[in-house]
Amino acid sequence: MTQVQFIRRVLKPAVFIIALIPAALLVRDFFQGDLGANPIEEITHRTGTWALTFLMITLSVTPMRRLLGIGALVHLRRMLGLFAFFYVSLHFLTYIVLDQFFELPAIVEDIAKRPYITVGFASFLTLIPLALTSTNRMVKRLGGRRWQRLHRLIYVAAAGGVLHFLWQVKVEEPRPIIYGLILVVLLGYRIREQRLQARKARRAPRRAAPAPVGSS
Amino acid sequence: MLIKRPDDIKSSEITDERLYYDRRKFILAATGVGALAAVGASVSWLRATGEGVDPVGLSTPFAEDEEDVLTSYESITGYNNFYEFGTDKLDPSKHAHTLKPRPWTVAVEGEVNKPQLFDIDDIIKSFPSEERVYRLRCVEAWSMVIPWLGFPLKDLLDRVEPTSRAKFVEFTTLYDPEQMRGQKRAILPWPYVEGLRMDEAMHPLTLLSVGLYGKMLPNQNGAPIRLVVPWKYGFKSIKSIVRIRLVREEPAATWNVVAPGEYGFYANVNPNVDHPRWSQKRERRIGEFRKRPTLAFNGYGDEVAHLYEGMDLTKLY
Repeated sequence: MTQVQFIRRVLKPAVFIIALIPAALLVRDFFQGDLGANPIEEITHRTGTWALTFLMITLSVTPMRRLLGIGALVHLRRMLGLFAFFYVSLHFLTYIVLDQFFELPAIVEDIAKRPYITVGFASFLTLIPLALTSTNRMVKRLGGRRWQRLHRLIYVAAAGGVLHFLWQVKVEEPRPIIYGLILVVLLGYRIREQRLQARKARRAPRRAAPAPVGSS
Repeated sequence: MLIKRPDDIKSSEITDERLYYDRRKFILAATGVGALAAVGASVSWLRATGEGVDPVGLSTPFAEDEEDVLTSYESITGYNNFYEFGTDKLDPSKHAHTLKPRPWTVAVEGEVNKPQLFDIDDIIKSFPSEERVYRLRCVEAWSMVIPWLGFPLKDLLDRVEPTSRAKFVEFTTLYDPEQMRGQKRAILPWPYVEGLRMDEAMHPLTLLSVGLYGKMLPNQNGAPIRLVVPWKYGFKSIKSIVRIRLVREEPAATWNVVAPGEYGFYANVNPNVDHPRWSQKRERRIGEFRKRPTLAFNGYGDEVAHLYEGMDLTKLY
């Protein structure tokens, strides 16, 4: 079995199963009554934590490919991104259905007035076009460049998610800061990499038209 | 009321919540509402939970089936905000076993004629406890109904004879990072401090609690002695008190100092003044699914609204 085959046939299904474990545990704890005194809050917190975690895992795929030299890891990226969207959606639905019970005026007020909810909601909205354009057909239709540019929005959504967490807690807590640091490292890696590539491109004989003056 | 030491209580002796609830119903049925009335206005906020017995003196906009039902002992002792043991709701029940509620003293001092260092057992002996069923409304928009054991703070304050210069009461929690692991991190400026205006402190609803559900106060609920101010958000009801100081100026209450835009000194439950990060209009009663509307002064307006006459409670929140 080649490396690509191993990743597609073994690793990918395994990761799929593993990624479902948090949701499965949630369902189990719900039916066993193990979600504590305030189950809705517990579900909200758990789905939110996993949403952020999967966003970070998705963002680490490309750096891992480069660092480990295993380009084929890209075959996991879409699935992980969709799992991030899955947990974000569960988190959002928990709020709409369980927490607010479709109380629209209260929901609108929350989104309009409470910055941590505003930014959380915006991040959720940001991820919707990414999930919708995750199919091969959509990649083709948009064209690789445009698709890639659109999908950089995941950094915006992840930053919004971290801010959402940071603004939600009552006192300085390590967890939102840890997510923030991970995001900074991941984003920093990509920026550095892009700079290096740009430098390389400048040194190499010109293949494409030069960038317009003044752009960076 | 005699309260046993925790090591005297076998788990087999702990009254099941259901039985406890039935016992109250039985007592109320046996003594009758007339007897309750005979106890006088002092029990007007004491609410019966049994069916067939009218809730005493509680105005509630809910139908009978939505009435205040006691929150389970498990929830009351397993879901706590007590940052001295960690910021998670489960932390206090996990980590509060390191707190030593005996020996324990409470210094009552400041603008008083007879400052005194009370031993906790002397307090329990000399101030007989009664049961008070109060709603507890957390600033995080959840609530419980808790059968406290305690006595009016006023009784203790009367003992030390406040001077006319005493305008406020300042309460302080124990500071001991060895017993309270959460204090090893400076998430809040320790020790925790809270305060009341003199008239609030002397109000008959204001309780010093030493137990709940007929038992000694569990550590995670603020053993051995805590404040309970039912018309204010829960963070006012300071736990594990070691000092009560009568003072001239408004005390620097911890949350008020940390985030004055979010937590006022008064912190009266008020559905019309939102916390900047969440609405206070509704609350989730622990054990219930749908949120219920939050009541002004947590439903104790008849008893306490007059304390704030002429004050703009949207500014002095």
